[in-house]
Amino acid sequence: VTASVSMQQRPSLLILGATSTMARAVAHYFARNGWDLVLAAKDARENERNAADIRVRYGVHCGAIPFDALAFENHDKVLEDCQADLGRVPDGVLLCFGYLTDQAEAQQDFGKARRVIDINFTAAVSVLERFAAVFEARHAGFIAALSSVAGDRGRQSNYVYGAAKAGLTAYLQGLRNRLFHAGVNVITIKPGFVDTKMIYGMKVPTLLVATPEKAAADIFRAIQKRKDNAYVPRFWWFIMTIVCALPEPIFKRLKL
Amino acid sequence: MSEPFSVQDLSGWGRLSTVPCHVYRPEKRRALQTILTDAPHTLLARGLGRSYGDQAVNANGGIVLFERLNRMTAFDPTTGLLECEAGVSLAEIIRTFLPRGFFLPVVPGTAYITVGGAIANDIHGKNHHIHGAFSSCVESLELLTPDGGRLHCSRNEHADVFWATVGGCGLTGMILCATLRLQRVESAWIDVSYYRCRDLDEVFSRMAEHDEHYTYSVAWIDAVGRGKNLGRSVLMLGRHAPASSLPAHMASDPYRVPRRRRPAVPMNMPEFLLSRPSLCIFNSLYYYAHPTADRRVPIPTYFFPLDAIGHWNRLYGKRGFIQYQFVVPKEAYGIIRSTLELVSKEARGSFLAVLKAMGPAGGGMLSFPKPGYTLAMDLPNGNGLHEFLRKLDSLVVRNGGRIYLAKDITCTPEALREMYPRLSEFQAVCARLDPNRRLQSDLSRRLRLREETL
Repeated sequence: VTASVSMQQRPSLLILGATSTMARAVAHYFARNGWDLVLAAKDARENERNAADIRVRYGVHCGAIPFDALAFENHDKVLEDCQADLGRVPDGVLLCFGYLTDQAEAQQDFGKARRVIDINFTAAVSVLERFAAVFEARHAGFIAALSSVAGDRGRQSNYVYGAAKAGLTAYLQGLRNRLFHAGVNVITIKPGFVDTKMIYGMKVPTLLVATPEKAAADIFRAIQKRKDNAYVPRFWWFIMTIVCALPEPIFKRLKL
Repeated sequence: MSEPFSVQDLSGWGRLSTVPCHVYRPEKRRALQTILTDAPHTLLARGLGRSYGDQAVNANGGIVLFERLNRMTAFDPTTGLLECEAGVSLAEIIRTFLPRGFFLPVVPGTAYITVGGAIANDIHGKNHHIHGAFSSCVESLELLTPDGGRLHCSRNEHADVFWATVGGCGLTGMILCATLRLQRVESAWIDVSYYRCRDLDEVFSRMAEHDEHYTYSVAWIDAVGRGKNLGRSVLMLGRHAPASSLPAHMASDPYRVPRRRRPAVPMNMPEFLLSRPSLCIFNSLYYYAHPTADRRVPIPTYFFPLDAIGHWNRLYGKRGFIQYQFVVPKEAYGIIRSTLELVSKEARGSFLAVLKAMGPAGGGMLSFPKPGYTLAMDLPNGNGLHEFLRKLDSLVVRNGGRIYLAKDITCTPEALREMYPRLSEFQAVCARLDPNRRLQSDLSRRLRLREETL
């Protein structure tokens, strides 16, 4: 990861969708390890507070730029804004935005389902392609994105979200294949349950829930080690291997 | 979209009783606004839950956790001014700024409290006789008022709201952020002079003799001691170690102190731990382990001894405990002796009892500190604890003292009104900011803090 960085400069990372709790934890972890950051998010005030927090605590560069996942036409601008803020092309980009809605709502209201697909999948394709082009030309950089274990197998309880994340996972697979030849690493991160608003108040087995800080440490490690795929925490690999191994005639009868 | 909550049984740090609350945990400022506007019940902000009694619980109402609203938004190293959100813990501030040579001017006995909680209780520390309470380092604060508005207040701006919020138990609004003035320190070490004192008279006279010469002063008292051992204690006087006094290996990085491991109490401890024989053994060990001597100790060891043990409240078993704390004017120091006599006679004492002299009161309408002596004791639950505390309360009231609301669970509305003469000023501010009584706690209802007449 640091190979492309000149001696004087700290490594740098752009985080898309930076106001989520996961993204915040990741940003803190990178900053603590001496990375410069640019945070991109829709809620400008919240984003600026988070950026200030990182500057105060860690003394690294941390900029805040606007980003709206659904404003596809503005996605070109993210790269420009990031470069202007940082003074250089970032060494990597981490996609953290996502959107989960109640499955029943997604079934009844196509508007909701479409929003889930657009944010989790379409927006990712739109914005990551721009960075893919730049990194490919430079023969440097990495692209990491938060997909989900929900994308590994469709289940009745959240299959619209799962389908969008499955699309993202497949997209990243293809992108990895393409960018490998340019030396650009693509990391698919699949978090299980992380203690954030997404599952807050839901009945989830506590043993399976990771803190955002733990998830952030695992994400940092996956990026540093140039992994292709990373379950976060790692034991989800085991759970998902079993979930995926169940034969469909059995799986379809389960209430999952 | 409404904000998610989870229904949890919450209690104070003393774990005397639990009550069901709708617990919200906003992760963004906007979510907090939504909760305040939309939640279908009364609300109360809660920090790290270190208040002992029922101050930070709201039975069948809403509780708003501030742990994710913890950003430090500005710091100026020339002035030491830190602007941070209410959910930032003192531990985070110390971890971030002690290595840069800054320390909080006032810290309590634990670093695991939030800035919001420190303000809402106007907490005090071992230097109250010199520096006053926490509010002395609060330059200004921003309040999310119950009507959803935001109010910037300080000593000069909405001063009445500022002084109602300081020590106001979270009832004037939710503190969004505060500007604190950190102080420069030359090292992360405290030079401590320990005085082992045979009895109360000795510790009182040592305090009178030394307090003004030391920034920090506190005495641990053996609350189990009886007869000639009544009030035997260890006075711990401290001041920041100047960098020039450090030996070479420490002077190279005066802010580095040995890391502490932090084992935790894994579960509720059995009750024999609190039996008189085991307490006598523990307290005697502690007493004899601290001979009169000078020592240099790291900041965390001096200020936060119990932070070295996670979940230390489990030591008191599943019945829980309360920490009872009161302050009485200096001339009523005899109450300290009567209280210790009562406590040891009924064998209620435990590991921890602390005595300290307090300086002048601050401006907080419901702030606890006032000039005199303050005694804090951990009292395990059981054996008619509530009746016993009522008895102590009346002793305190009769002698012009008051109890600390952060630790209270039994005080009556009548007694409270005698202890806190500025209550009506507080009520006037609350009536203006929160006419619909959107902010409530078990404590506010029990003490009828909002009722002008009983």
